[in-house]
Amino acid sequence: MTERPTFPMADHPTPGAPSPILSIRNLRVAFQGARGAWNEVVHGLSLTVAAGETVALVGESGSGKSVTSLALMRLLDPATSRITGQVTLDGAEVLSLSEAEMVARVRGRIAAMIFQEPMTSLHPIYTVGEQLIEALCCHRPMPRAEARRAAVALMERVRIPDAARRLDDYPHAFSGGMRQRVMIAMALASRPKLLIADEPTTALDVTVQGEILSLLKELQEDYGMAMLFITHDMGVVAEMADRTVVMLRGDVVEEGPTAQVFHAPRAPYTRALLASVPALGSMRGEPVPLRFPAIDPASGAATPGLPLARQPDLGTPLLEVRDLVNRFDVRGGLLRRKVARVHAVENVSFAIHPAETLALVGESGCGKSTTGRSIIRLAGGTSSGSVRLDATELFTLSPGRLRLQRREIQMIPQDPLASLNPRMTIGEALVEPFLEHRMGPAAEARAKAARLMDQVGLSPAMLERFPHEFSGGQRQRLCIARALMLDPRVIIADESVSALDVSVKAQVVNLLLDIQERTGIAFLFISHDIAVVERISHRIAVMYQGEIVEIGPRAAVMETPQHPYTRRLIEAVAVPDPARRHLRRTQPPSELMNPIRPLDFVPPERRYREAGPGHFVRED
Amino acid sequence: MLAVILSRLARMVVVMVGISVITFLIFFATPGADPAARIAGRNAAPETVTAVRHDFGLDRPIWVQYGVMMRKMFVTGDLTSFVNRGQKIVPTLTAAAPVTLSLVAGAAVLWMALGAATGIIAAAFKDRLPDKILMGVSMMAVAMPVFWVGEMVNLVTQSRLHDTWAFSWVPPLGYVPLSESPARWFLALIFPWITLSFLYIGLYGRMLRTGIIETYQEDYIRTARAKGLTARRVLLKHATRAAIIPVVIMFGMDFGVLVGGAAVLTEVVFGLNGVGRLTYQALKVLDLPMIMAAVLYASFFVVLANAVVDLLCILIDPRLRRK
Repeated sequence: MTERPTFPMADHPTPGAPSPILSIRNLRVAFQGARGAWNEVVHGLSLTVAAGETVALVGESGSGKSVTSLALMRLLDPATSRITGQVTLDGAEVLSLSEAEMVARVRGRIAAMIFQEPMTSLHPIYTVGEQLIEALCCHRPMPRAEARRAAVALMERVRIPDAARRLDDYPHAFSGGMRQRVMIAMALASRPKLLIADEPTTALDVTVQGEILSLLKELQEDYGMAMLFITHDMGVVAEMADRTVVMLRGDVVEEGPTAQVFHAPRAPYTRALLASVPALGSMRGEPVPLRFPAIDPASGAATPGLPLARQPDLGTPLLEVRDLVNRFDVRGGLLRRKVARVHAVENVSFAIHPAETLALVGESGCGKSTTGRSIIRLAGGTSSGSVRLDATELFTLSPGRLRLQRREIQMIPQDPLASLNPRMTIGEALVEPFLEHRMGPAAEARAKAARLMDQVGLSPAMLERFPHEFSGGQRQRLCIARALMLDPRVIIADESVSALDVSVKAQVVNLLLDIQERTGIAFLFISHDIAVVERISHRIAVMYQGEIVEIGPRAAVMETPQHPYTRRLIEAVAVPDPARRHLRRTQPPSELMNPIRPLDFVPPERRYREAGPGHFVRED
Repeated sequence: MLAVILSRLARMVVVMVGISVITFLIFFATPGADPAARIAGRNAAPETVTAVRHDFGLDRPIWVQYGVMMRKMFVTGDLTSFVNRGQKIVPTLTAAAPVTLSLVAGAAVLWMALGAATGIIAAAFKDRLPDKILMGVSMMAVAMPVFWVGEMVNLVTQSRLHDTWAFSWVPPLGYVPLSESPARWFLALIFPWITLSFLYIGLYGRMLRTGIIETYQEDYIRTARAKGLTARRVLLKHATRAAIIPVVIMFGMDFGVLVGGAAVLTEVVFGLNGVGRLTYQALKVLDLPMIMAAVLYASFFVVLANAVVDLLCILIDPRLRRK
């Protein structure tokens, strides 16, 4: 990006507006590489945040948004980083303060932070109470009993149920959402004037994300805090921010009121970003899956995506899953006896036709991934039920025959880097399954690998490279190519696009649709991202605590959801529409529980009622 | 919690029984190792060997021999040496044990305190002068053989500078029981302690430094800094406590092994009649009852120290309490 527009708002606050809590001018951050060379990652960022205002810093991975937040608090290692420019936090010149003054005046005091990973951001060997009390006492020494009372009050303020009793629990006893509440409580300990939230809901489930966002809005009003909200999720931006700053590779490319950025974006990159965001509800009235618009990166102009031209073949199902059950034993006590069972998957039945995409949606721990792995008997635990591919029953096959059948059902993993052997070239990785299944001579395998590379939008010349030489999106294309090497008829895509940046996500989804159109492959698309699911699927199954609570055609499930859980799931999704900014969710905090049952538990008999053609809802 | 402790103790007993059986089989049932011939001495007449075999009960079935030996060791306590007829094993061992325990326990206090200090200071000054000096010295400590260090210490304190003001207080080599005179016990052990702990200070200091530096990459350290804790508090309360667990586990191993006889070099250099030296002498003459007793004694301390350390880790890290 060569143009570097200046933004009047950064230097001259709007007349009448309150004086800014945070003002950044020309912030530059550089890191020292292994050979001593300095590599600048933030190139002259300027922005202001006024009291009570929420400013979103948006960008894809590598845009420098998280580095900026750490630089504001001077949390980068001074030995390997260099921060220049001017950062004023409530009158304090952050970049010229000593470390001791940062501790005494700024960190946790004027500005507090919450982070992306609530699972790892709390110290595992201290109780949450201890960590809260520490945050309270380091700014205002007080007697222990008073600090405990204050900690309980904070936990109640962030609506942690049963706060007084949970004070002495360790972080591992809390769910992700509850840990993020603890982090928020800790940040509020000294009533900061600015809260820096670095991707605070990215690692959380949608319903939990909705709850946390509502809580943050409410606390912001109560405390009159300013908020700097760092995220890659345009839905979250629309819901939270008064103003939005878009970053690309260390540069600010656009800044303005959120509504203006969304409705009249000026920078091509912003237009491209917005066009690739899957917006829930944008598929209303579309009969078939629709590709994401193709975007010209230079102008940001979007060409509308084409709908999927191939119809599912609704004759006999290709893959039929019936009464699938998967349970894991929980052992405990002196003799490691079975004490309980996790009912990970319970009576799951569905069918997929050729050229059809069935999406399995649900929150973490609902059993959707276990369902996917149980189908090819890779899940562990004890399974029962029936999985038929064409006429072959997979559950009674011998291990040798099962191995052959696995050729027909391939998986695309969530983490492409972890699933590619770092010591094998891409060519070797692609050819290996083909040769392993003795599908033809090596020359044919290489020719096919080259052809598939072309099909997934990569150059055949890249076959000589190693996995670490590719970007995240390219690696996922490689995994798709590897799955296609065996000419499978079903692909199980387990959160395959969840970890990708929005623009890359759109491209990979389009690629999957291209492949389906060309080959008539069937997808079992497992995802928690309902907006993507809406784009790609013909039918949707919603899972909750190991069971399917609702299954039916995409339009029916999305537009007329019947089961209360489905409705809650859809309502919780953050939609990239700034008009929803004042929306408040009123649901009480929920904690998703693992379906752990006693050994003698008999699952209740379930009935499903037909809400429409092919649309079934569990009767509770 | 109680279940964890009980199952841990039960496992300890199982391990010790296993060790005793294996040791017994190695020395008594390995083909070609005839203890009777060994006891009878070189060029003994076959009748003598047979007599010895009968005398020591070595002609009885192997499990009976094992049972008899265990009974003599643990129940009646009258197991006698094969080599020095009449020497009772159990009292010999219990006389040597306090010497080794005194030596190792004192050294352990020293090396844990100084090792922790070394690691924490080096980590706090990472890549700066204090770190470089400490790491250089600790590398030397790890590299120098303990018997050489011991001899050098003796050369200085017992001979070259013994008659100067600096070292005239150093008592002659040997052990003084704590019950006899605590002050003289302490003085006699000061240099053995320093010598034995030197290596471990270096080892533990380096290990803790690496652990703390790795812990600084954790998200929860970033949280602790962001909430405004002082650098000292982050270092001591958040980073060190998390990094100390592998050091504690290592300590359990080292302590057990040293009490079990691995401090033999230090014992020999400083003229301390401890378990290591006893075991060494028993091995030289293949005194089987003594070897059995020493091995069992050593394994007891190794297993006990490990059990104690496991329990300690459960106290330090609440995540281990879950199972």
